[in-house]
Amino acid sequence: MELKKVCLFLLIFFSVWISAVNEDAILSKKPEKKLSDYELFEDAIAQIPNKNVYPYILHSALFSDYADKHRFVYVPKGKKAKFVPNEVYDFPVGSALVKTFSYPQALNGSRMLLETRLLLNQESGWMAHTYVWNKDQTEAYLKVTGHTHEAMMYFVDGEKKYIDYRVPNQNQCKECHLKSDVIMPIGPKSRNLNFSIQFQEKVANQISYWMEKEIVESHMPLDLIVNWSDEAAPLYAKARAYLDINCGHCHMPGGSADTTGLNLNLTETENRKIGIYKKPVAAGRASEGMKFSIVPGKPEESILLYRMDSLDPGVMMPESGRKLTHSEGVALINDWIISLK
Amino acid sequence: MFSALSLSQDWKIEPSPVAQDEIQEALILAEPGDTVLLSKGIYKLNHGLSLDVDNVSIKGAGMYETILDFSGQETGAQGLLITSDNVLMQDFAVENAKGDAIKSKGVKNISFIKVRTEWTNGPNSKNGAYGLYPVESIGVLIDGCVAIGASDAGVYVGQSEQIIVRNTRAEYNVAGIEIENSYHADVYNNIATNNTGGILIFDLPNLPKQGGKFVRVFQNKSFNNNTENFAPEGNIVGLVPSGTGLIIMANRNVEVFENSFDNNQTVHIAVVAGELESGDENYDPYPKGVQIHNNQYSNVGKNPDLSRGDLSPILVDIANGDMPDIIWDGLLPVSQLLFGQPDNEKIIIEEVKETKFLDLDVFWYVALPFFHSPSRDKNEFKGSIINLPEILKWN
Repeated sequence: MELKKVCLFLLIFFSVWISAVNEDAILSKKPEKKLSDYELFEDAIAQIPNKNVYPYILHSALFSDYADKHRFVYVPKGKKAKFVPNEVYDFPVGSALVKTFSYPQALNGSRMLLETRLLLNQESGWMAHTYVWNKDQTEAYLKVTGHTHEAMMYFVDGEKKYIDYRVPNQNQCKECHLKSDVIMPIGPKSRNLNFSIQFQEKVANQISYWMEKEIVESHMPLDLIVNWSDEAAPLYAKARAYLDINCGHCHMPGGSADTTGLNLNLTETENRKIGIYKKPVAAGRASEGMKFSIVPGKPEESILLYRMDSLDPGVMMPESGRKLTHSEGVALINDWIISLK
Repeated sequence: MFSALSLSQDWKIEPSPVAQDEIQEALILAEPGDTVLLSKGIYKLNHGLSLDVDNVSIKGAGMYETILDFSGQETGAQGLLITSDNVLMQDFAVENAKGDAIKSKGVKNISFIKVRTEWTNGPNSKNGAYGLYPVESIGVLIDGCVAIGASDAGVYVGQSEQIIVRNTRAEYNVAGIEIENSYHADVYNNIATNNTGGILIFDLPNLPKQGGKFVRVFQNKSFNNNTENFAPEGNIVGLVPSGTGLIIMANRNVEVFENSFDNNQTVHIAVVAGELESGDENYDPYPKGVQIHNNQYSNVGKNPDLSRGDLSPILVDIANGDMPDIIWDGLLPVSQLLFGQPDNEKIIIEEVKETKFLDLDVFWYVALPFFHSPSRDKNEFKGSIINLPEILKWN
């Protein structure tokens, strides 16, 4: 009897122990060589997270060559993220933000995993690491120098597109994630999360769910940001939401592109700083002979739109993370500029 | 037992098909104190490189021996991006980057020594904007470098402080050497030739850092800067007339001395106001405290460029065949037009009597030609020179 009990105890102990997220790995100065070493997933191929790792979805997301993104958050037991108005949550040390990029391969939901990016919050601040999925899709390996995948993406209408998908190198991660010289997450802000999604057991508002799981302190969330692709939303709000998540992380005070004086973060209110009748500073040939970032009513004279549309590395915006033109985004900003007076 | 002291390491890299990854890996994995050595040869690179580790040196075998060739660049807005402090770059070249050649952003103490940036097809509006491009940096040394073919500026130091640009040759760029929205710079013993404009000291509105001040430009040679302006329109340098030796725009406390200017076909030195209606209330468009003395001038205004900017047609009209070495647009705030300028803000010109000067008096030329009174009298601008302090290299 006693032996049975001990065995059961050991079994439970081990199953819990085995399934736990590897906190030491999250806190280790030296990144693990393999993604699986972090124990973040129950089934990484299917992107089913481990216990205490929760999925989240951003209401308005950055364009990354049409890749699907699977996002997860982990906060160590007994600790909570703090709410910071207008900013990303202040996550406690030991937290991890996980983002896997993938392309659908067929209607049946099969997908090719491309890369999994980790933001690990350590004593010294956030660390960014990228794990590249192998051809067999059995493991993702640490890669600091970036990688090119020959990939196919399948759209619901049956169209297939082929792309040399570029995984960014470690420094490029920082270019977007730097804020005043410190690496910061970009997406998980209250206003980007305040809506309901399907969790494993139920549909729930993400912030309520986070509170229920006690990974964030109790707070009044911000109003939800507009989803830039929501047909019903006002054009101005959609355009600003799009520019915020696609450009605002560099084009903000303290961001990588703050030297330009062009601020595209949502909280910027000055017309000229948003680009309206703003002259280029260091655009060089990327100005393409145009005089202003945005000329109201005239998308064809607006440098901002020209650079969003371009695929030339010396011209295109964003500078990295894109090999295709986001035609839906370009159409939105085009319409917005036409509507400006 | 090994010593606990960490020893700095050299990363030695040779040209090869995998050099792209090898260089980038070294630039990521390097520890402070390390040197990345690039052996002689041509490195064909498809992606921009970047360094974000403090106290790292990147050294080649010479600016004509070690060549980072970005002709086939697919990604990256510049050839090489530096975002860490105390970085030294020496003895290599960056050629044909799709955007800027070498950019440093938000760093302390950056050195470019005997580095060459070049677009090898000559002046072309499709070339990248900047060659050597430190921005928002404190402590900048550019020494013995060569910058050729940039469609904006060969050497461009923007929104920075404590700057030395010396012994450098800037050729076939739109602007040879440009110091913009920066504080405390020494620009000396450089050669600016075959650019559209040789040297520009500018202050622009609507930027995080402005109010450019304390710049010394001395012992430079600025000659034959007569290349047609090939900057894409919309850029501020697109307004520079070809044949310009030096422009000081909206800066304060600029001392220009012991330079030689020869055969610039529009004008050798222009002191001008910046944009008057910039919509930026913090921006002061008027140059102040500009001191020009002991320079040499020869062969000016032989073929003035009337195609760019507003000033050269006015200059040619007023000069009436007798082109000056130095011009001032004469623009002042209205209060100063009426009551005069404070002494410490006046332009001071101390040159030999053969040096020709022209105050264009642009305000009255445009507003009320009846009152227009351009002046060639340098004596109105005599004063005692107050030398600006030398910039000392850090360390």
